[in-house]
Amino acid sequence: MSAVMKHRLFWPLVVLLALILLNTVSRPSFVRITVHDGRLYGSLIDILRNSAPLMLVALGMTLVIATRGIDLSVGAIMAVSGAVALTIIQDSGDPANPAVLAVAIGTAVGAGLVCGLWNGFLISVLGIQPIIATLVLMLAGRGIALLITGGFITTINSDPYKFMAQGYVLGLPFAFYVSLVAIAIVALIERRTALGMLTEAVGINPEASRLAGVRARGIIWGAYAASGLLAGFAGILYSSNIMAADANAAGLYIELDAILAVVLGGTSLAGGTFSIAGTVVGAFTIQTLKSTITFLGVPPAVTPVFMAAVVVVVVLVQSRRFRRFMGRLPARLRTWTSRTPDGAEAAS
Amino acid sequence: MTSTQVAPARESHVVSSRHRFMTRHASWIPVFAAIAILVAMVIGAQIYFDGDFLSPPLISSILLDNSYLLILAVGMTFVILTGGIDLSVGAVMSFTGMFGASLLRDGLPSGVVAPVMLACGALIGLGIGVLVQYFDVQPFIASLAGMFLARGLGFVVSLNSIKVTDSSILWLQRTRWHFGDWYVTATGILALLVVAVGALLLAYTRFGRTIYAVGGNEQSARLMGLPVARTKLLAYVVSGTCAGLAGVVFTAYTGAAYPLNGIGTELDTIAAVVIGGTLLIGGSGFVVGSMIGVFVYGMIKTIINFLGVDQSWTRITIGGLLLLFVVVQRVIVARSARRR
Repeated sequence: MSAVMKHRLFWPLVVLLALILLNTVSRPSFVRITVHDGRLYGSLIDILRNSAPLMLVALGMTLVIATRGIDLSVGAIMAVSGAVALTIIQDSGDPANPAVLAVAIGTAVGAGLVCGLWNGFLISVLGIQPIIATLVLMLAGRGIALLITGGFITTINSDPYKFMAQGYVLGLPFAFYVSLVAIAIVALIERRTALGMLTEAVGINPEASRLAGVRARGIIWGAYAASGLLAGFAGILYSSNIMAADANAAGLYIELDAILAVVLGGTSLAGGTFSIAGTVVGAFTIQTLKSTITFLGVPPAVTPVFMAAVVVVVVLVQSRRFRRFMGRLPARLRTWTSRTPDGAEAAS
Repeated sequence: MTSTQVAPARESHVVSSRHRFMTRHASWIPVFAAIAILVAMVIGAQIYFDGDFLSPPLISSILLDNSYLLILAVGMTFVILTGGIDLSVGAVMSFTGMFGASLLRDGLPSGVVAPVMLACGALIGLGIGVLVQYFDVQPFIASLAGMFLARGLGFVVSLNSIKVTDSSILWLQRTRWHFGDWYVTATGILALLVVAVGALLLAYTRFGRTIYAVGGNEQSARLMGLPVARTKLLAYVVSGTCAGLAGVVFTAYTGAAYPLNGIGTELDTIAAVVIGGTLLIGGSGFVVGSMIGVFVYGMIKTIINFLGVDQSWTRITIGGLLLLFVVVQRVIVARSARRR
């Protein structure tokens, strides 16, 4: 049992299962999955579908956080990529043409990659603190997206584009496959090559890894580039879901959700060892939490209070000091209760 | 003969005094850079608009429009100097505004409401500080939780905006003391007062000097026997209190409280503090610099209003300036490290 409890995925999974249990108790239909026209429907399927943008962003964020960094600009990159894709599609005049879509998506993802490379350049070459370097793009990115769309919310009508977020393949949402592929690629590259280990080395001790001959610059740069690329994809999924590029609302606060997902998954913000499986669990937890709030009938306005409570509980559970404090609590209470009669005796 | 001997000596004297100035006041250099940028922007705008730009009412309005930001920036400076960060300030400002406005609507006197608003801010700051100091939670995450909490509590108070009719709160904003073409409001004076108190606290009190020590090297500060835990906690309390005060000022400024107020304000505040020359790693920076940073921010907004171009340029310019200043700071830090 203690071996199970010590596993790094134990607490994240407990949180996720507790949330699902809470939902099922309060509304049994939560876990029901119905088949309609060969497609699966249900709250759990919705969570799989809606978590895709967050999943992509959180995967990139995991790599960045593993190098001791942070990427605040992902939401802004999503806005830029959505704006680029939809502007190209709208200007082409042929929204259903696959070639146009390929160009639009390629350019948009490319824009995300360029943003990521820019962040990586500031951080790995110029040596600027990650939080500030990405804050630059976070502030400027939405402005750039607004310039691309001309200050309007660009809307399009394109069934193939819509398919990405809302379509189904083999009964499951297409967006879910996108996140599966992303998870598989990231896991393969990081865990089946030495890259993951080198990333952790850079995150644990940059100086020592430099002395050991690890090229930290390339690894850090690559992490931010990957984060930008994945955020670019996430921007396309987001814009495909609402079929509009809204420079102000696209990916708003997703950087916070993604950071939370990574932290929930057991990756420390201090860098070093990271867990892709943990991030996947974390992203599902965040999405489930959001659905929970809707299902429980909590007014959306109060959602942030809920989030605050969950964040505090989760970081406290993960804090070693808090666990030690709680672990000692029963013993302390025992000594306190046993001491009181002693004290009374001494007084008499 | 003598002149050839004297000349290089004097030159080396000049170089060494400049060198001495640079090393002794290295942390002031970013502030001077910010002032230089501010002056350059004003001169540039003055030339561009054919001398129609700069006027006493315009400068007065910059102080008026940014007094809440100034107060937030002072609190943020304390936190950043300890090497932390406080993302909650915008949300706390909005929540205290909502809470205060609802209390005023219920008929409480403003003499009670304003202190309650400050206390609310201080309490949230205290919570963040406890999480950071006693439970080893990263300042980023702890203040994020504070931000969510305050944002949500604001919505709990009311989903709609609450109009403020209390005369003494509105007096803060409405009353204008004119000095020729210049004018100043009570909110502006309040903001400048906060800057003065913050600067004095940091420069001349034990608490202030401990903040620099903790930010410079926490381990050393602890070994020196300085009260690290108490000081870090207090820095977040100061920031929270400032956010509460900003709530009072912002409510007076808009004449109403709205739960969506102050979204993104924390980023503007951090940007202003960084532009003002405070290093995010902590231990170096000045409240006066943050004030300059706020004025740079206000000037950019004003110029973009004057130009009549799209408002999205404000964000892009702020982002660009932030980048410029961070690179400048980076160069300064690298140089002083090499010199050592």
